[in-house]
Amino acid sequence: MLKVEKLVVRYGAVTAVRELSLEVGQGELVALLGPNGAGKSSTINALTGLVTPASGRIVLDGKDISHVRTEDRIRAGLTSTPEGRHIFANLSVGENLRLGAATRRDPAGVRQDIDRFLSLFPVLSERYGQAAGTLSGGEQQMLAIARSLMSRPKLLLLDEPSLGLAPKIVARIFDFIGELKAQGLTLLVVEQNAKQALRFADRVYVVSSGTLRYDGPPARLADEHGLFNLYIGG
Amino acid sequence: MDYALQQLLNALAFGAEYSLVALGLAVVFSIMGLVNFAHGEIIGVSAYSVFLAAALGLTSPFVAVLLAVGMAALAAVVFERVAFRPVRYAPTTTGLLTAFGVSIVVQNLFMLLISPKPQSVSVLNGLNQMWFFGPFAVSSLQVMELIVSGLTILALVLFLNRSTLGLAIRAASRDFATVRLMGIKANRVIATAFAISGALAGIAAVFILARRGSVSPDLGFGLVLKAFVACVIGGFGSLPGAAVGGMLLGFIEVGLLVALPQEYAGFRDALTYAIIVALLVYRPEGLLGQRVELGDKEI
Repeated sequence: MLKVEKLVVRYGAVTAVRELSLEVGQGELVALLGPNGAGKSSTINALTGLVTPASGRIVLDGKDISHVRTEDRIRAGLTSTPEGRHIFANLSVGENLRLGAATRRDPAGVRQDIDRFLSLFPVLSERYGQAAGTLSGGEQQMLAIARSLMSRPKLLLLDEPSLGLAPKIVARIFDFIGELKAQGLTLLVVEQNAKQALRFADRVYVVSSGTLRYDGPPARLADEHGLFNLYIGG
Repeated sequence: MDYALQQLLNALAFGAEYSLVALGLAVVFSIMGLVNFAHGEIIGVSAYSVFLAAALGLTSPFVAVLLAVGMAALAAVVFERVAFRPVRYAPTTTGLLTAFGVSIVVQNLFMLLISPKPQSVSVLNGLNQMWFFGPFAVSSLQVMELIVSGLTILALVLFLNRSTLGLAIRAASRDFATVRLMGIKANRVIATAFAISGALAGIAAVFILARRGSVSPDLGFGLVLKAFVACVIGGFGSLPGAAVGGMLLGFIEVGLLVALPQEYAGFRDALTYAIIVALLVYRPEGLLGQRVELGDKEI
């Protein structure tokens, strides 16, 4: 479904991503692991188009979207839940969800989806009219993922869903990610928290210093290489 | 009693006019960080359109109002497309200088193509009459100004709270990148904000024309400075702040006009600004502004 070829992202003189290639197949959950500053978020931002890559190709469903604008990539069925959640703090929970469905033209379906997420996350239902900035970190993350899903994406990019959250809440969020996969959604999950990310991953990529260090099934990652070594670049 | 009522209406009407123009500045500033000093020339374009239409024989006040609002919205969108879009991602000072540039160019176009001298526009004079309620005489223009401004602000509030584009404009004021991640076109959000800003300026232009009965190249510039001050009082970027700030500025000005003896009338502006400075010392972020910590705004 998604194919990235030799992606290079530069910020001035700093190269954040070096010739990274990866693939995500239909219905797969692929984990992109790596330490802080490895270029994971830069990769995600290049995929959504918020950052313009220096070179490389991004192909979605056989179509080269390297030069397509962010807005049109979302319309093409790719979406991302950004690192740090980025919920609209000054808007209510309901308004956040409605904006998530901004590309859709079926009000009835949108209302149905909102109801579904509200029954899935009762706390969002309790806080429906409240400013989203008043939610706790875990609640904001659930809102952020629900908001992304409102556009009914084919491919969801999740950037560090565990960031700054308590282990119990992280486990809950990954339970939900597992459910999404079971429902047939294709996911690319970027994480530092390898343990959680590997629970449902079909395949794993490990990056460090902007370069791919591992590509394969999660099981082999654990015994052959040792995550620790990859993380410190050993 | 009659005098007090008249002055109250005066203050409300001036305040409403400042609020409309200040809201226009604030809508654009809140999402782009651009202080659009060319906002006054949007008022100018609007007023000259009415003047030109009248010269061509279109003298219906109804047509004039539609033209004023429509042309102002169009001018704002064109300014954005031609001048501000190319510098959208440049530092804020670049945007500010661009706005001044647009303002100077458009003012000079008015002078070159029409005339540096004020031109008489009488199409909207009919709006400005005296209405008598028993013993009270009130200006119809001021009553209309108040009602129309109130309805306009209500419409704006509904738009910003109900429509998807309105929600997007509010969201974009904090986090534009994430609004794009919702699949909402950045250009459309910005163009809408400019169109709203222009329409508000156009409504203000109708009232200015009806009161002054003439148009000159620098028509809007002074008003935009006042609106800028209103935004600062209310808290820059805050829409309720702009409306409240504009109203307050109207009240301070008219209040001083009433309170000051004739021989000190020349000090009115100085005193107005002294009051505003004192207010800002007490509340630097403005009345309704939020103290923004550095690093609070995401890019």
